[in-house]
Amino acid sequence: MMPMLLPAPDDDSRAFWAYCAAGELRVQRCASCGRRRMPPRPMCPSCRSFDAEWELLSGRGTVWSFAVPHPPLLPAYAEQAPYGVIVVALDEDPTLRMVGNLVTEAGAPLNSVDPHTIEVGEPVEVVFAPVERAEGEDLLALPQWRRR
Amino acid sequence: MHDDDALPIKDRTAIVGVGQTAFAKHLEQPEKVLALEAILIALEDAGIDPSEVDGLSSYTMEGTEEIEIARNLGMDAVTWFSQVGYGGGAGCGVVGNAAMAVAAGQCNVAVAWRSRKRGAAASRPWAGVRDQVHGNQQWSRPFGLLRPVDEIAVLTRRYMHEFGATREHLCNVATAVRSHANRNPGAMMHAKELTRDQYMGARWISEPLCLFDNCLESDGAGAVVIVRRDRADDCRQQPVYIHSFAQSIPAQHQTMTNYFNDDPLVGPSYACAELLWRHADFGAHDIDVAQLYDAFSPLVILSLEGYGFCDRGEGAGFTDGNTLGLEGRLPVNTSGGGLSEAYVHGFNLIVEGVNQMRGQSCSQVEGAETCLVTSGEGVPTSALLLRN
Ligand SMILES: [Zn+2]
Repeated sequence: MMPMLLPAPDDDSRAFWAYCAAGELRVQRCASCGRRRMPPRPMCPSCRSFDAEWELLSGRGTVWSFAVPHPPLLPAYAEQAPYGVIVVALDEDPTLRMVGNLVTEAGAPLNSVDPHTIEVGEPVEVVFAPVERAEGEDLLALPQWRRR
Repeated sequence: MHDDDALPIKDRTAIVGVGQTAFAKHLEQPEKVLALEAILIALEDAGIDPSEVDGLSSYTMEGTEEIEIARNLGMDAVTWFSQVGYGGGAGCGVVGNAAMAVAAGQCNVAVAWRSRKRGAAASRPWAGVRDQVHGNQQWSRPFGLLRPVDEIAVLTRRYMHEFGATREHLCNVATAVRSHANRNPGAMMHAKELTRDQYMGARWISEPLCLFDNCLESDGAGAVVIVRRDRADDCRQQPVYIHSFAQSIPAQHQTMTNYFNDDPLVGPSYACAELLWRHADFGAHDIDVAQLYDAFSPLVILSLEGYGFCDRGEGAGFTDGNTLGLEGRLPVNTSGGGLSEAYVHGFNLIVEGVNQMRGQSCSQVEGAETCLVTSGEGVPTSALLLRN
């Protein structure tokens, strides 16, 4: 089976994915003015500071929206279609959002929750699907979501 | 009255030539040849010799470089050339930037074009997907938002949730645009009617979007010729003036997966519209016909709101009562657009806007004097106001 797609950690995102591998959902918080930002980037858009901390979040949120893709899709995804892709609004700041999948448990298939039962507004919490990495590769885990 | 010196773009330039190749799922000619064909047709339409062209404007996704265009068409020195990024958001920007260059005297005869074959990997942003996802897409593609339609499906679901829009509204867009294509012999869907039942029974591509919410897959090319107003009077066709032009990257925008700003349903069209109307002598209520970028049917609804034809959240309801049809308040995508004529990154919308202002459309809006043309909603975008 062709593998599913993985994020390629880069200068901006490497820390985020490494925290996921450690089982933590963290977002950047400006060390000067306190503004949170997601996706990660070097500069705070409010005060232009380069200094940021990685704030540990509760990992709770609500479903902001979702789509249910059907084929034609890449083979690894077509096998699981139709599946739900959700956008989660994080509890600490609902304008911080993340794309992910609603699953029964970490690492379960994308269609492990019937996508037609997903509702906008339902509460979810993060789980992390580990990703095996070779020696020297950036650490990585995929944040997924289950119902709470 | 505006002080025209303060608005160096307004009505200073005109589109005097348009050209399109045939549109089909597969054309034999390479992209380069299609580009040359479309440009040649546009120059003949204008009555301008290719050797006079000294400005070239295209998309960053264009596969044919300016030097290829210039040396094949036997151009003399080209003194201005530029490209605009973001795929379907670029079209009106490509034409508008050329108009700015002409108005500023950096060139005298500018050609803007787009040539696209669906088989060409560089033309389809998602065709290059590999097992490692870089840049902005690392936040969405691994989770199965693989295609542009999946990314827009997320926004559409949210829009439906917030404003009570339904598939009936998306169907209003798809069927209105198809009815225009049925009058256009050059449209890929010319001979295929689309009923409400067919729409409702169509297969899903990415729920809540079905097959008929998606643009066509097309090979083809289009081109336009832009000159200064004084030069336009000597050309073969009635000049169509570029009245206003705008581009926008709104605050905290992320192209396509634009889920990370405060209100993702306030898309790039809002900021683009603000400048577009500020530089214009007329407003949305004076627009006779519109060509609204339609890679996906919900983008038309979002654009109706962004460009001020109705308030936020009212775009879906605006389509009721066949508003977008030929007899409606605002005929939209009168050649069939991307949904039913051809998908060439929105360039056919620009050509159709010119045809309407000349009185030469297959779905001519009687007495039309103003046309809004827009490029991709959901990406850094652009728009043109045309008048005759
Ligand atoms: Zn700050």
